[in-house]
Amino acid sequence: MTVTGMTGDEAVAHAAKQSKVDIVAAYPITPQTIIVERFSKYVADGEVQTGYVCVESEHSALSACIGSSLTGARVFTATSSQGLALMHEMMYIASGLRCPIVMGVANRALSAPINIHGDHSDMMGSRDSGWIQIYVENAQEAYDWTIQAFRIAEDMAVQLPVSVNLDGFIITHCMEGVDVLDDDVVAKFLQTRQPMFTLDPKKPVTVGALCFTDYYFEFKRQQVEALAHVQPVLEKVAKEYKNISGRGYGVLDTYGMEDAEATVLCLGSTAGTAREVARKLRAHGKKVGVVKIWLYRPFPIDEVRAVLKNVKALAVFDKAISFGAQYGAVCSDVVSALHTAEKRPKIFNVIFGLGGRDIKPSDIEHVFNEALQTAKSGVIRQETLFLGVRE
Amino acid sequence: MAATVTEPGSSLKYKTGDWRAFRPVVDKEKCVNCLLCWIYCPDSAITREEKWVAINYDYCKGCGVCAHECPKQAIRMEEEQK
Repeated sequence: MTVTGMTGDEAVAHAAKQSKVDIVAAYPITPQTIIVERFSKYVADGEVQTGYVCVESEHSALSACIGSSLTGARVFTATSSQGLALMHEMMYIASGLRCPIVMGVANRALSAPINIHGDHSDMMGSRDSGWIQIYVENAQEAYDWTIQAFRIAEDMAVQLPVSVNLDGFIITHCMEGVDVLDDDVVAKFLQTRQPMFTLDPKKPVTVGALCFTDYYFEFKRQQVEALAHVQPVLEKVAKEYKNISGRGYGVLDTYGMEDAEATVLCLGSTAGTAREVARKLRAHGKKVGVVKIWLYRPFPIDEVRAVLKNVKALAVFDKAISFGAQYGAVCSDVVSALHTAEKRPKIFNVIFGLGGRDIKPSDIEHVFNEALQTAKSGVIRQETLFLGVRE
Repeated sequence: MAATVTEPGSSLKYKTGDWRAFRPVVDKEKCVNCLLCWIYCPDSAITREEKWVAINYDYCKGCGVCAHECPKQAIRMEEEQK
């Protein structure tokens, strides 16, 4: 193991390199570009045995990935924002054809107005596409999850694509020390993909066959079953990964949840800031905590219920708007998960950081104070708080 | 998994007649064996037999073109009972 200075994008590219991917088909888009740029350099320098397919769009990139994955290859791609939106059609095909593709997504706002900075609007727009969705907090997690993602995706019980989401610029471009595993350690952890079907003229198969009213529904039900296998597989993979790296992962991460009355629940890089604020508040005797969701799809319903059962007030952070809905997507999921729980906190939604609007420790402290107030009074003053917007 | 078909040439086993909502039935009393239905059938699901035409229900999708074209109204479209 060596600690190397890397941006989040570089960490993902390095992880893909060590994962010995057979095919990369990708199209550059800020703030993801560095991932595919670094990878193309590995190819040009002969550091990897990967086929690199240059394509004319993200729609083609994912199409090429799907075709490659169906031959039995290990496939990686990366995109962001408008690129992910252009992939939208193919994302459903990737999951429907059960292609264990791993994709790095540098989360970025969607046009209009045009904006290159980080928020979760892109991936939240594809949250129902049947992809496994993991959100990382920093470059280290981006590296660790990319390697683990291949194992989860390629597990026989799963066979589904995974998106590893990293906040645009905040993670993708911020240089941090990343503890990198040795190549042979990764190679041992992540052995050659064992595909269910391959492209073999001796054993021909038809993929993408027509399914009407008679069978389509059953194949969608199978995808639901496959997603239900994700969590146990993830836990098994995370345990093994801990043995080789010393870093433990799961479906979610908590801070201060043993006695927290007021809690912030969020995805991605925001968790780091929230934890720091919580640490400060806890030093002053405030019972606050942080829940960070690593696995957003499939949503870890039971764990969310369990971790929040003694919480009095909960602020759910959404870095994207679900236009016309009561809450942002994450808050809706949390409310749904708790709907049948016997004990549940008072919940309010915090919409923040759109278009890369900075979220400061003081902003999060304000939310914690609001949650503490709600915990004390039992009254939600505002169901949806637009944090840091000029109104 | 994923609707993957592991056997080649399996489309021969796919009987598209399942799509049919109405079934054409030939009234042999009225039929004069003019073969207009045989000509018009867009799915070639009407075959020439010795005396009368026959309908291949494995592939007839029940479009009703035969019944429409029959000059003797010898083909009746009956609702499928499923």
